[in-house]
Amino acid sequence: MVAQIRHSHSERSLRHLVDLEHGQISREIYVNDDVYRQEQEQIFARAWLFVGHETLVPNPGDFFQSRMGEEDVLLVRDRKGQIHVFLNTCRHRGMKVCRYDDGNTLVFTCPFHGWTYGTDGQLVAVPNEESTYHGELDKAAWGLHEVAQLCNFYGSIWATWDAGAPSFEDYLGPFSEGIRRCFQSSDGRDNGVEVFKPPYKWYIPTNWKLPAFSFDGDMAHGAMTHQSINTAAIGPQGELGGGGRHGLRAAFPKTEYEFCSAELGHGGHNPIFELPGVPPYVETWQTAPGVDDYYRRTREEQAKRFADQYLHGGGGCVWPNAIVQPQRILLKHPAGVGRTESWRLYPVDKDAPKLVKDAQRRYMMRYGGPAGLTESDDMENWNYASRASLGTIARRLPYNFQMGLGHAFSDDRVPGITLNNRTAEENQRARLRRWVEFMEAGSWDDIYPMKQT
Amino acid sequence: MEIDSRAQQLERLLLEREVEQFLYKEAQLLDDRRFSEWIELIADDIHYFMPQRRNVKFGEQYREHSDPESEISWFDEGKATLAGRVRQINTGVHWAEEPFSRVRHIISNIQIEDVQGDEVKVRSNFFVYTNRLKDEVNLFVGTRHDVLRRDADTAWKVAKRTIILDQNVLLAKAITTFF
Repeated sequence: MVAQIRHSHSERSLRHLVDLEHGQISREIYVNDDVYRQEQEQIFARAWLFVGHETLVPNPGDFFQSRMGEEDVLLVRDRKGQIHVFLNTCRHRGMKVCRYDDGNTLVFTCPFHGWTYGTDGQLVAVPNEESTYHGELDKAAWGLHEVAQLCNFYGSIWATWDAGAPSFEDYLGPFSEGIRRCFQSSDGRDNGVEVFKPPYKWYIPTNWKLPAFSFDGDMAHGAMTHQSINTAAIGPQGELGGGGRHGLRAAFPKTEYEFCSAELGHGGHNPIFELPGVPPYVETWQTAPGVDDYYRRTREEQAKRFADQYLHGGGGCVWPNAIVQPQRILLKHPAGVGRTESWRLYPVDKDAPKLVKDAQRRYMMRYGGPAGLTESDDMENWNYASRASLGTIARRLPYNFQMGLGHAFSDDRVPGITLNNRTAEENQRARLRRWVEFMEAGSWDDIYPMKQT
Repeated sequence: MEIDSRAQQLERLLLEREVEQFLYKEAQLLDDRRFSEWIELIADDIHYFMPQRRNVKFGEQYREHSDPESEISWFDEGKATLAGRVRQINTGVHWAEEPFSRVRHIISNIQIEDVQGDEVKVRSNFFVYTNRLKDEVNLFVGTRHDVLRRDADTAWKVAKRTIILDQNVLLAKAITTFF
């Protein structure tokens, strides 16, 4: 089996492990080392990945240590104000040129032999260059390795190592507008958010796909996994209405669906509206006096801005591993076949008063991350689901992805979107379908424009 | 330098002893999973704070810890949320702690830093060992900066607690114990 996995174009390809027709997925793809190595080449060296947000590097010389797949990268605003993403490795002998999480600098000087790079990535100095390299070192050719494409998408920074990848907007396809709105302030202005610092970072002993593919693709887990949470009443409304962890929302004629691009692999839980505009505001910050005043006002402005528009759709998982939702971003970085480095970043209205930012921040801290009251129970399930799938016998048993299988549909109001009931596994099947395509593709030509499979 | 009288030295020693015993008792309640009794030792106005810790350049240590005024920390909460955690762990369906982990708090290096009226500023180190199901082990090591306040009912209450965990990326999959 291992040899067949390595040679994905062989007669028996990965497709026999991912049976989407019957909703049966081999556990092998979650536990096999060769599959994992192939993912690094075929997915993470190729896909558009979330790197950060422009407000993490507001000033010239600012840098922020981020990650693409398994590798550390530097998000840098150079001295002229342009944003770059570089692999964090010296071109001489590979040492990390920066070991700080963030900061501001004139140059990156490697602590090994002193090769020194400008914030634009250029190799600007090598110690004793004249006497040791006899003036023959081609410094222009030995700058920091930069991503092939970078996109500043309404303030969020995305990058790919593949020059042949389509533009980020084409990559998002029908999710472009929904993801865009996740980076609007609550009054509906583009580039309206900043992100709190620093991000949460923690390790989960599980394969990256388990959390990345189930997040915003697994509505069925909530009632069981999170049944202890309401007793803690962590929502902004406190104990009101039973102590739910989400804020209170107004009734508005809409239906929530599993909402995915079956071709591109993106998916979330999103509404189709029966009316244009935005739902009216409902007071929900009973635990933080004054906050409702702000959000009520911004909702009114948002309502004016979008009065005639149907705001179908929204955020979700941007394939493969970035889950972008309003006020929350979640990244599931691969860190070994059985290990995931999980990150959370929290956007907030840039122009909100401190009172609002503080309340929003405290809500996010008690809700999410490894010390948040909600997500600790997810960690337990993802961890031991992974552990219990390692055994010889366990590996023979496929996972069941049959929820809602064969019940997908489309709607003219949301072209390009595949819909299913709010609680289904359509989003996860879409991610797995795209996974197979990436794993088998020789280049972007094979997977974009999308091939019918 | 003024030399403290014998009586002052004795008073100080008794205070140190009293504070130590309080911190040990508190740790024991947590290890014995008597969370509902532990939360009684927490003042209503507590700030329970565990910052994240950055890797920063020499000279920038002032921003090593996440700022409770504007940044994201592991814990940054009051009694309402802490009490919510106690209710959650006592449901029996909080899967990250069901079945319970085995937890041991080793508290040491206890030093009284200041005494102001009925409040004592005390620093202590912690070594918290957790063992879960079969072989999941987490080690949480760090230091705490506490303000303890004299209390008529429970002798002392924890009025402020800052927990400095010696980790950058959290090495545990979750934090479901108290410090």
